[in-house]
Amino acid sequence: MQRNRIRKTLFALFAAAALAAGATASAQEPLKVGFIYVSPIGDAGWTYQHDQGRQQMEKALAGKVTTKYIESVPEGADAERVIRELASNGYGLIFTTSFGYMNPTIKVAKQFPKVVFEHATGYKQAKNVGIYNARFYEARYLAGIVAGKMTKTNVAGYVAAFPIPEVLQGIDAFTLGMRSVNPKAETKVIWINSWFDPGREREAANTLIAQGADVITHHTDSPAVVQAAEEKKVYAVGYHSDMSKHGPNATLTSAVHLWGDTYTKLTQQVLDKKWKSTSIWGGFKDGMVDIAPLNKSVPKDVADLVAAKKAELKAGKLHPFQGPVKDQAGKVRVPAGQAMADDKLAVLDYYVEGVQGSLPKK
Amino acid sequence: MRLKLEARPEPSHAMKYVSPLIAAVLTFVAGFVLFSALGRNPWNAFHAFFVQPVDDLNGVAELLLKASPLVLCAVGLAVGFRASVWNIGAEGQLTAGAIAAGWLALAFPETESVLLLPAMIVAGALGGMAWAAIPAFLRTRFNANEILTSLMLVYVAVLLLSYLVHGPLKDPQGFNFPQSKEFHEAALFPYLIDGTRLNASVFVAAAVVAVGWWFMMRSFGGYTMRVAGLAGSAARYAGFSATRTVWLGMLAGGATAGLAGVGEVAGPIGQLLPSVSPGYGFAAIIVAFVGRLHPGGIVLAGLLMSLLYLGGESAQMTLDLPSAITGLFQGMLLFFLLGADVFINYRVRIVQPMRGATAPAGV
Repeated sequence: MQRNRIRKTLFALFAAAALAAGATASAQEPLKVGFIYVSPIGDAGWTYQHDQGRQQMEKALAGKVTTKYIESVPEGADAERVIRELASNGYGLIFTTSFGYMNPTIKVAKQFPKVVFEHATGYKQAKNVGIYNARFYEARYLAGIVAGKMTKTNVAGYVAAFPIPEVLQGIDAFTLGMRSVNPKAETKVIWINSWFDPGREREAANTLIAQGADVITHHTDSPAVVQAAEEKKVYAVGYHSDMSKHGPNATLTSAVHLWGDTYTKLTQQVLDKKWKSTSIWGGFKDGMVDIAPLNKSVPKDVADLVAAKKAELKAGKLHPFQGPVKDQAGKVRVPAGQAMADDKLAVLDYYVEGVQGSLPKK
Repeated sequence: MRLKLEARPEPSHAMKYVSPLIAAVLTFVAGFVLFSALGRNPWNAFHAFFVQPVDDLNGVAELLLKASPLVLCAVGLAVGFRASVWNIGAEGQLTAGAIAAGWLALAFPETESVLLLPAMIVAGALGGMAWAAIPAFLRTRFNANEILTSLMLVYVAVLLLSYLVHGPLKDPQGFNFPQSKEFHEAALFPYLIDGTRLNASVFVAAAVVAVGWWFMMRSFGGYTMRVAGLAGSAARYAGFSATRTVWLGMLAGGATAGLAGVGEVAGPIGQLLPSVSPGYGFAAIIVAFVGRLHPGGIVLAGLLMSLLYLGGESAQMTLDLPSAITGLFQGMLLFFLLGADVFINYRVRIVQPMRGATAPAGV
């Protein structure tokens, strides 16, 4: 009994304090926008692109917002504390920029119904939790076209992190793009089971090169693969950021993420009190992905082809997973005349024809 | 004139208490220089690191929540470390415990039985012990160095967990993302204070500290382990089994690390993820030594370590310090703490340059 009363009193005190903290944030003050990053910002990569987006948004909405980021927040038990810390400190909009923040974001959002949350790359929405992601595979498709035109050995190498749909979309779209211009070309994949491990990324890249790949790309977070290509004098396709500064000769192009417009748009909606929980999955059309300027070694006819395909993607006339799409066994997964539907794409779990090796078994 | 570090004939009693003060002063001075050089007010920085994280009830709850796995792992490791059994693999044992407990939770998704959580606790401890038993067996049977085997098994455990959440234990409704279903109510530690995440797993930690204290300080088993660590041949002469020492040391660390794993997955995480620990098993090695392998010291060290984690976040939040700087400051503090302990067993002597045959004067 006694203990229960103490507990209740403590809770009431805590709740009162939280309310008081919330009430002090009046409408005139700039909106406080928080960002949670899974890794250090660094000078390229996943988090770097999100931070570029944050800066772009802050500039676009200067005077109306203040932003803050917390970097290197591990997914798991710690994330919930940091998200809650921001929510209870008067932040009105919080971007949680890694898949592993999904459940913590949903948990905290329940306790802070007035705060708006936006979670990147997940699938759980709530009244005050929106989700956003980009169609990275569209940029992969274009990068594949460049690779298909530039490869001499007809072998591309792919250093990949984990076999989740997003990564498989990239591998498959890259391969489909490559084989759209060079049906003999194939992709070899090495899984390193880590998003960020420069040592293993480099090792995997060297293995792929030794196996005959003369274009290598990666779905991991460091520039190690591009650097390995530069050293071994083969081509590379960067990911997340424009990696050309890490491999000026090697980098044909990079599949680039762009978050700035989305951040500006969502923040503006919150400022205007017009925000509603939505699910965003944007591509070229929405300015969320792009490819970095092509290397000068890429011939003009290839550059023209890429520009034309890019225009088609932008106009919505081209879908990288346009049927017929066959898997490795030759089974038609998407019939001719159709494009893969979003709900199928979101749970993609197979290699398309042209990818060598088999997926890690379940 | 030069400085020389010389072994004391016996550990200095005074230094046991003075050395943390030396460390505190050094940290303070170095922090002052560091934060001033970065253009931050050092007082604000110290406030952000040491006061702000615990200035409300939720902060204290988070402090205890974060300290629990560190203290748990460190107490178990200390049992082995005292006997020179170097279990570096608590991270893997933690993961094995989390897998065992998580598997149980997912195997009984419907049950509301109050026995599920206790069963998970037991399964977690057994899982950690099973993982620790491998290096113990290799050491006692083949004399394989347990530092290497226990460390390498960390990667095996983490990969095993990764395999499970990508495969058999993956949430079927999870869009192929690598994580299990969220645990149901009966598989979670109950919350202790509404509005915070503090849960009943702190009682597990407290119980382990008590048992650890009794074993290390009061029991004959603990005594034989201490002797084995201080003087291996003396222990053998006295008839204390070296094999038993290794097994006890490894299993103690495995059990507590496994319990820490249960505390995480049945606590703040509430499901199985590809990674269930941000390195508690490794940080616990530091905690064990900062706590001087004493259960009481380990509790203090665990709280300090936990405060440093939280302080690093609040420093990022209020001072816009990058996480690299907060990491630097944390590392510095721990370095000073461990470094200052040198003065317990050693003293600094000023050696005068030799002149002719005159012997240097002692200090």
